[in-house]
Amino acid sequence: MALKIFALDPPGTPPKWWWWLFVGTAAAALLLMPEYLELYVIIDLTSYFIFALLALSMSFLWGYLGILSFGQTAFFGLGGYGYTVLALNTGETTGSIFFALALPMLFSAIVGYFMIYGRISDIYLSVITLVVTLILEKGVRATSGDQYVIGSVRLNGQNGIPTVPALKIPWNTSVEFSFEGFFQLAVVLMVLVYVGLRMLLLTKYGRVLVSIRENERRTELLGYDARKYKLSAFVIAGGIAGLSGAMFAIWGPLAHPQMFGLGRAADVIIWVLIGGKATLIGPIAGAIGIEYLKVWLGTQGVGQVPFVLGLVLMVFVLLFQQGVLPSLGMVISYARQSLRRR
Amino acid sequence: MDQVAIFAYQIGVSFGLFILVSLGLAVIFGMMRVINLAQGEFLMLGAYFCTIITQAGVSLWIAIFLSGLAVGLFGIIVERAIIQFLYGRIVDTLLATWGLSLFLVGGVTWVFGPQTESIASPLGSIPVGDYSVSQYSLVMIAFAVALLVATYCLWRFTRFGLVVRGTMQNANVSASLGINTSLIYMLTFGFGSMLTGIAGAVLVPVIGAYPTLGVAYIAKAFITVISGGQMALLGTISAAGLFGTIDGIVAYIGSSVIGEITVLFVAIILLRLLPLGITGKFKRGV
Amino acid sequence: MKLSRRQFFKAASGAVAFASLPHVLKRAGIAAEEPIRVGNILDQSGILNIYSLKQISAGAMAVDELNAAGGLLGRPVELLFYDSQSDGQFNTKYATQALLRDKVHVIHGGITSSSREVMRPAVRKFKGLLFYNSLYEGGVCDRRHVSTGMVPAQQLEPLVDHVVNNEGAKKGYILAADYNYGHITSKWMQKLIRDNGGEDLAVEFFPLDVSNFAPALSRIQAAKPDVVWSALVGGAHIAFYRQFESTIGKKNMMLASSTYGVGLEQTQLSADEGDGLILGTSFVDDLNTPAAKDFVSRFQAYTGDDGYVGEYGEYGERGIKIWAEAVRQAGSPEPDAVIDALSKGGVSVNGAGGTYTVDGKTNHTTMDIHIVRGNRNQGFDVISSFSQRPPKDTQQVCDLHANPDDTTQYEVEVK
Repeated sequence: MALKIFALDPPGTPPKWWWWLFVGTAAAALLLMPEYLELYVIIDLTSYFIFALLALSMSFLWGYLGILSFGQTAFFGLGGYGYTVLALNTGETTGSIFFALALPMLFSAIVGYFMIYGRISDIYLSVITLVVTLILEKGVRATSGDQYVIGSVRLNGQNGIPTVPALKIPWNTSVEFSFEGFFQLAVVLMVLVYVGLRMLLLTKYGRVLVSIRENERRTELLGYDARKYKLSAFVIAGGIAGLSGAMFAIWGPLAHPQMFGLGRAADVIIWVLIGGKATLIGPIAGAIGIEYLKVWLGTQGVGQVPFVLGLVLMVFVLLFQQGVLPSLGMVISYARQSLRRR
Repeated sequence: MDQVAIFAYQIGVSFGLFILVSLGLAVIFGMMRVINLAQGEFLMLGAYFCTIITQAGVSLWIAIFLSGLAVGLFGIIVERAIIQFLYGRIVDTLLATWGLSLFLVGGVTWVFGPQTESIASPLGSIPVGDYSVSQYSLVMIAFAVALLVATYCLWRFTRFGLVVRGTMQNANVSASLGINTSLIYMLTFGFGSMLTGIAGAVLVPVIGAYPTLGVAYIAKAFITVISGGQMALLGTISAAGLFGTIDGIVAYIGSSVIGEITVLFVAIILLRLLPLGITGKFKRGV
Repeated sequence: MKLSRRQFFKAASGAVAFASLPHVLKRAGIAAEEPIRVGNILDQSGILNIYSLKQISAGAMAVDELNAAGGLLGRPVELLFYDSQSDGQFNTKYATQALLRDKVHVIHGGITSSSREVMRPAVRKFKGLLFYNSLYEGGVCDRRHVSTGMVPAQQLEPLVDHVVNNEGAKKGYILAADYNYGHITSKWMQKLIRDNGGEDLAVEFFPLDVSNFAPALSRIQAAKPDVVWSALVGGAHIAFYRQFESTIGKKNMMLASSTYGVGLEQTQLSADEGDGLILGTSFVDDLNTPAAKDFVSRFQAYTGDDGYVGEYGEYGERGIKIWAEAVRQAGSPEPDAVIDALSKGGVSVNGAGGTYTVDGKTNHTTMDIHIVRGNRNQGFDVISSFSQRPPKDTQQVCDLHANPDDTTQYEVEVK
């Protein structure tokens, strides 16, 4: 497989010193950004980094375990609504963030159990996750009436909840995160999840996941219960997506049924596909690039964003299977090899 | 008595809708195993084509068939340009057709604008006791049944149908018997697209044509075909019958949202119990 | 949108900007002055752009005419367009961008209530001003928000009165879109029907993507109302009017609506399907006044588009005109000065649909309301007109003079 020539985040291989150097410098540079950039840029970038979390949860599942879950948006949306409803009811924001992690994990455990232990084939799994997120979207959209209340919070249906409380500093709950602080939090979370997943793939657990991707039956013959591994990975990914959803709701500030929607589900797949699904850094780049493209198209008066995105998606599936970053890497390593041969 | 008739009418309409939107997919996904997420947009294209030529003065009944031909032709183009490179690569097919779906929605919005284009509903209403029902929805049910029977006969009783079934079952053997399997794949995809095109055209007088029309029906279609299982046509009929009945009754008693959600739930539970669908225990066939 | 390409230019900021041609500015003698900047955040793409496209053109026309007439306070006005793509996420993003980066003096925009609700916190935080040019469910009490469209009390009181008392349709069956506009509007319909001695048989809500109304039509027939009230919204719901006509028919049962026509539904329906439908509106092209006729002909000349303009198109000019008058009275385009001028209550302009006066206590607009009936030419015949109706529902709950820091959206209690 061409991937082996140049893999950005290869599972099972400990990162070299230059990787730590790169991650460290990048994180430091990002954290210092508010000093140099204008506020609106910082606010914009925050949302891209939050999307990067969602992209990471997707590439972990799809690129390393081989499960294409259309429904990562289901957990994204649940995280957003979970945080909003609990934080509005209790006024406590730090705890609500943890709730926004736990609720999607619980939900993904239930849904995942049904699918993975029911031994539904991978392709049906994709379709079912898609249906789950559609049901949630339809369900939430249908809660406009004043009878749909959780605690003291109106769910508000189609309109979403625009009063999502800002995150407060855990050790001093009278102070809210500033735009800059929230930006730095998003950076920290993104880097932590990236490094965490990278390390997880080094462990025995991570290697089993990849071997399930390569050949599920053979892995089981070796004595591993593939279902257990698949389900736990599905739950981890659900948690990351939920965290991303909570952060996005805070950023909005808006919890909206669109978070569950087909459009957002399509976005996630496009980010990961374009960035390169068998890498972790690629989807981050994909999320940031595509979202920037959408915002930019919106101010160019082109108007028809889906037209462009659809075209991009088709071209990538047919021509650049591995995504931009790995394709680029392949070109570079090919060039290096042909230079050496001379 | 009226109540019973109205119930039967509601179920019939739901059943007809399920059949119309999923028949083309039953061919393309059920028989060919091509996950075509752009199938909803084929429906939408059929609706637009029919609207445009009807507004230009063609009679609706002729327009319905012309739309089928046009979308069938479009399907053949899509098969040659995209799908033929992706047979056997299920996930890639799904992504490429999703791209196609976005592309078509965007493109049609660009050209025709987002508003609903439509033609007047032909025929009037007929009284059923205290109620009246629209004649056209009866026509719609008739179309659904006719398309179903025609497709079944084509597969079951013609030489072409035999060749297609053989190719779908084992392309290598068919090829070794001198059949041009690439051509058969192309024609079958075209046929499936045509069925969807006709369905879109039949639906126009009821729901109109708008760019995001396909999105509303694609989930319905997939659920029906997947729940149907191995035997594409028979499975689709039984699944459409089941879901149509549930949707018809629940939507009449409760509301259309509850109807839709109930159908999705039933489908998920059904798949947990019968992972291969309703006809999963049968051998593969039509 | 059919504006001349030359009038658009890429602003340094990257947004698409619109400015009048240089010779217009030169002739008006304002070419050299620092422009006043207006941000326009509407949906050029996505499912909501049926409401936005004509409004965008009308806004551009109003700005162009302002400039040709010497600008505002001697300065040219510049429009910056942001396409919110029918996705609330972009409303927040662009509102922030417009206020912080592009330093606009006012934002005109938002179609749905949710798009307005996500922009309000940003506008508040960065001390801006939002003109929301759309009919909505009422109740927003916020000095940085100005509503120029109809609210339920303005539109529905005369409409229900006409239908129940003049047409004698006592028993009503209500169908509404399933989001808070539909919910609140349906409550108002129920209340007003009862107040007029009528009876409301049932209320049903439909998500925006429902296009099969067969079950609902059977239920309606079982209930046998005199009139069906519709507060249905968007492209998919147009199917209702078609299915109603082919199943029941307006010759057998009346149809009245609070939303029909604003998305130009009548141009998508046949003569039979549009004929005879009754609604309340603050502007239709067929108003028999010189102002309305003048507006329609100016719009058609400006855009080269001779299609129906409709209420949402007119909102584009209305919003700019009211804001411009407030700026003139304030003597400055700065948001806080404009808000002070508005709160004095003297901001009043003559527009295409009559006189519009902003009520200083609520920042909502008093306007003329017309009861009209759909005709066979995809237009409307005016039945009766009601002069200067105040936004009574919002006035009951909101007083910005007493509570200038209020930002709540009150849900009007309907009993």
